[in-house]
Amino acid sequence: MLDNLDEFFKGFGYTLFLFLVCAVASMALGILLVAMRVGPIAVLRSLATVYVSVVRNTPLVLIFIFFHFAAPIIGINFKWVQVHVGSFDFTSAFATAFVALSLYTACFVCEGLRSGVNAVPMGQAEAARAIGLPFGGVMTQVVLPQAIRASVPPVASALIAMLKNTSVAAIFFLAEATAAMRGLTNDYSSQRIGIFLCFAIGYIVLVEIVSMISLSLERRWRVA
Amino acid sequence: MTATPEAAVAPGSARPGEPLVELHGVQKWYGDLHVLQDIELTVGRGEVVVVIGPSGSGKSTLCRTINRLETVDQGDIKVDGKPLPQEGKALAAHRADVGMVFQSFNLFAHKTILENVTLGPIKVRRTPKAQAEARAQELLDRVGVGQQAAKYPAQLSGGQQQRVAIARALAMEPKVMLFDEPTSALDPEMIKEVLDVMVDLAERGMTMIVVTHEMGFARTAANRVVFMADGRIVEESDPETFFTQPESDRARDFLGKILKH
Repeated sequence: MLDNLDEFFKGFGYTLFLFLVCAVASMALGILLVAMRVGPIAVLRSLATVYVSVVRNTPLVLIFIFFHFAAPIIGINFKWVQVHVGSFDFTSAFATAFVALSLYTACFVCEGLRSGVNAVPMGQAEAARAIGLPFGGVMTQVVLPQAIRASVPPVASALIAMLKNTSVAAIFFLAEATAAMRGLTNDYSSQRIGIFLCFAIGYIVLVEIVSMISLSLERRWRVA
Repeated sequence: MTATPEAAVAPGSARPGEPLVELHGVQKWYGDLHVLQDIELTVGRGEVVVVIGPSGSGKSTLCRTINRLETVDQGDIKVDGKPLPQEGKALAAHRADVGMVFQSFNLFAHKTILENVTLGPIKVRRTPKAQAEARAQELLDRVGVGQQAAKYPAQLSGGQQQRVAIARALAMEPKVMLFDEPTSALDPEMIKEVLDVMVDLAERGMTMIVVTHEMGFARTAANRVVFMADGRIVEESDPETFFTQPESDRARDFLGKILKH
């Protein structure tokens, strides 16, 4: 294992990078979805509700399969993605994983944020409307700042689940941590248990970091 | 109905005594429950109208329809001669002109006292921040909570929070102030400090519609008392007449219950 640390780190490099870009994208899409779901426009509300129901109720592997095998048939493919940074190659495998994971995780982020919005008492929005703020102002000035605080734990859970879900990309040709582990266990089958443990610890450390960030945000944003 | 006393007319209010808030034929149902029935009410500029009645009589609902926090099923509501906008920017602009004070204060929990008062002026009226803050501090001093400007709502007593809520509404320079049971959630010793602020406001000529159970306030500050029961306006008269010679049995019965103690 120690002889192959570079593969270990490279695998987790992909995992970490995939996690970071998906976190940003799923947060952005999740905020958009929750704004549609709690907003006053009925069409957008139903659209977001249908999106969340369909995508959240579909297994993640099916979404990966869709973007790998079905989407190219209808003209959606990511072959044009060819970014190389140092020894890392970001190609269609990475882009597919990014799209599938972000679209999937955004549903959970949306629902986490929605639980936060529901935790803000009705009176807060009423008072905001009563001083003449339009819908956008009510949301950005009063409801969302409080909702985001209340939704730190559920959104952190969604992101932690997503961090571990990056391992699904291993099946779809991305050389992230789980793929690196499979490669090593094949090459050094006598040391399987040690290799498993090392990679498990790798995931645990990453998840712990995310939980710690979540905890400190929870403390810092506590409503007085 | 009494005419508006001269003393209650705000300096600079252009047409004292003219109708400012008008409700005609207002009807509202919650399912089968007819919560507002044939409401006819006109409130003049500078007038203080107290709405009283047993719980469930529709008085809070009536108050909330005036800035469209509740919609009505039939009838017209006009403020300053203009019908209430249905939604969107026009409605927001209307609400900016109508101050509202809630039973449960509803101060923005994540903002300081000063930020609570400046949010509307800065975001809605586009007042420069420094000017909004100076004005907010002035209003907070006036309602007696100037020292608390940097604190958060949860650090204040109920009475202090409600006075901040009044300052927050006043910061928008409203044409009319709606009070929806402003003292019902307060301990007895805090009720007075809130009522004092409201009496002061009435004396300065603010047009006020006050839903309350505070008969003392109705007697000292109101120009007119509106008595509601079962979604209807049963009786309206000046406070003295209402409290000493109520016309309807319903009002006599209600007063008998609450004035006995």
